[in-house]
Amino acid sequence: MNPSERTQRVPPSGIRRFFELAEEMDDVISLGVGEPDFTAPWSAREAAIDSLERGRTSYTANRGMAELREAIATNVDEQYSLDYDPDEEIIVTAGASEAIDVAFRALLDPGDRVAVAQPAYISYVPGVIFAGGEPLRVPTREEDAFKLTPEVLDAHDAGEADMLVLCYPNNPTGAIMTREELAPIAAFAREHDLTVLSDEIYAELTYGRDHTSIATLPGMRERTIVFNGFSKAYAMTGLRLGYALAPPETIRAMNRIHQYSLLSAPTTAQYAALDALEHADNAVAEMCTQYDRRRRFVLSRFEEMGIDCFEAEGAFYVFPESPWPDAEAFAEALLDETGVAVVPGDVFGAGGEGHLRVSYATGLEDLREAMARIEAFVE
Amino acid sequence: MSVREEVLSLLCENARYSTTDLARQIDADEGEIEAIIETLEDEGVIRGYQAVVDWRQVDDEPVRALVECNVTLDRETGYDDIADRLAKFPEVESLRLVSGEYDFSLGVRADSMSDVSRFVSEKVAPVPEITQTVTHYLMTTYKERGVEFDDGHDDDRLSVSP
Repeated sequence: MNPSERTQRVPPSGIRRFFELAEEMDDVISLGVGEPDFTAPWSAREAAIDSLERGRTSYTANRGMAELREAIATNVDEQYSLDYDPDEEIIVTAGASEAIDVAFRALLDPGDRVAVAQPAYISYVPGVIFAGGEPLRVPTREEDAFKLTPEVLDAHDAGEADMLVLCYPNNPTGAIMTREELAPIAAFAREHDLTVLSDEIYAELTYGRDHTSIATLPGMRERTIVFNGFSKAYAMTGLRLGYALAPPETIRAMNRIHQYSLLSAPTTAQYAALDALEHADNAVAEMCTQYDRRRRFVLSRFEEMGIDCFEAEGAFYVFPESPWPDAEAFAEALLDETGVAVVPGDVFGAGGEGHLRVSYATGLEDLREAMARIEAFVE
Repeated sequence: MSVREEVLSLLCENARYSTTDLARQIDADEGEIEAIIETLEDEGVIRGYQAVVDWRQVDDEPVRALVECNVTLDRETGYDDIADRLAKFPEVESLRLVSGEYDFSLGVRADSMSDVSRFVSEKVAPVPEITQTVTHYLMTTYKERGVEFDDGHDDDRLSVSP
C-alpha cells in the first residue's frame, strides 16, 4: 500500500523527535508539555462517572447534546459576547482539533490557499494539506510581540488567500491580541473576503486582559469560525471535547463530515463538559491564578538570566529567545546535559526560529529547579 | 486580589516560599513582600508556620483523637473561659466551638492510646462544666489542610506535546 501524496507531503512532527529524546531519559523536568498539570474539576469527573453509571453510553445527536450546546451558547455569550444559536450554529466535536480538521475539509477545495499566522499550534498546516489546500505561512515578528499585523499579511500576499487561521491567545508564544489590534486584521479579512478560522482554545487563560474574539468585530461573525473546547481551561485534554461556532451553512457543512467520520463526540465527555460549564467557574479561576503566578515566576527568572523574553499574556507558555542561534541545538543540548525539556520554536513554523517554547503548566517546585538548571547551563 | 492577599494565599500553599520566589510570583518588590509579611506577623494575622505531615511515614507516629465535649454554662462561666482552660493543655492540638450536638471539638495528640485515654479521663472530663465526652481515635488521614495524602496523581503526561 502506498501512502497518499498528501500524507507524504507532511513531515513528521518536530515535537515527536523531542518527545522521543525525552522519553529515553530519566529524571526529565519537562517544560515541553502543552497540557495542564491540573486534573479536570472533580464535579465534572463525577458527572462523567454518573453518566456511565446511568448507562448513558449511546451516541448523542451528531452536533452534540442539545443541553450542552445550549450551555455553550450561554457561556460564550456571557464570557465573550458571542451570540450563537445552539440549534444551528454550534457543533460539538472530539476536541477542538477535530473541529479544525473538519472545518478545513468542509470549506476547502483543492488548491485553495490558507494563510496561517505563525508560529502557531502545529496542526494547522498539516490540516490544510490533508484537506487538499495550499498553506501560506505568515510569520509574525517578535518586534510586533508576535501579534499579526496587516503589514505582515500584505507582505506575504495573504490577501490572495481564501482563508486565514489565527490562534490567540497563542501557542507557543503566549501572545494575545486586543480588540484594537484585531480591528485592522478584521478589516483586511473583509477587504480580501477571507474566511477566518479563529482557534480560541486558550481564551480563558489570559492574564490582565479579557479575551476578545475576532468574531465580535463588525462584519466578522458571518465570515469567522470560532474554535474552543474544554482541554485547556478545564484541564480535560484526555476527554477530547471541543466545539465550533459558525453561521448555519458552515456548521451544516462541517456536520456533514462529522456525522460520517465521528458520528458524535464522546457521550461521557459531553456530560463532563456540561457539568464543567455549570459548576467549574471557581476551579478555572483558581487554575488561572496559579498559571499567572508561574508565568510571572518564569518571566522574572529569564529576566534575571538576561534572556530576552517578551511578556506573554495568555495561554501557559513563554517564548524566550534561544541563548544559542540554533534553538534546536540548544534544546537538544539542554535536554541532554540538564534533563530539562523545552521545545525549539521553529517546530511551530515561520517566525519561531531562534526561540524556545517553555510551558509553565508544571508545579512551582519543578519550575524552580528547571530554571536553576537552565541558568547553570547558560552560564 | 491585593498583594497582601496574594502573599497570604501563597504562604497557605507553601510557607517555605522564599521572599524572592514570592516576589517573582506576585511580580512585586522583594522588600515590599518582606514588609507585608512582617506586618501580617505583627498584626497576628499570620500565627505561625507549620508543616503538613503524613505521620504514617514516620516511625514513632503519634496517636491522635477527636474529642467531642458537651458543656453546661452558668452565670460565671462562658465558652471562652472553658476554652481558655482546655487550650492550655499541650495535648490539645486544636480546639473549636462548633454548632450541633456537642459544643467543643478537641484535636488531641499523644504518644499512645492509653496516654490519650488518660488525658481525656483525668484532665478533660473532670473540668466541672464538661458534662460528656466522646473520643474518636483517628485511624487514617487522607487529607489535611487541603493536602491529599497518597493521591496517586503521578504526572503521566507526555514529556513533550503540542
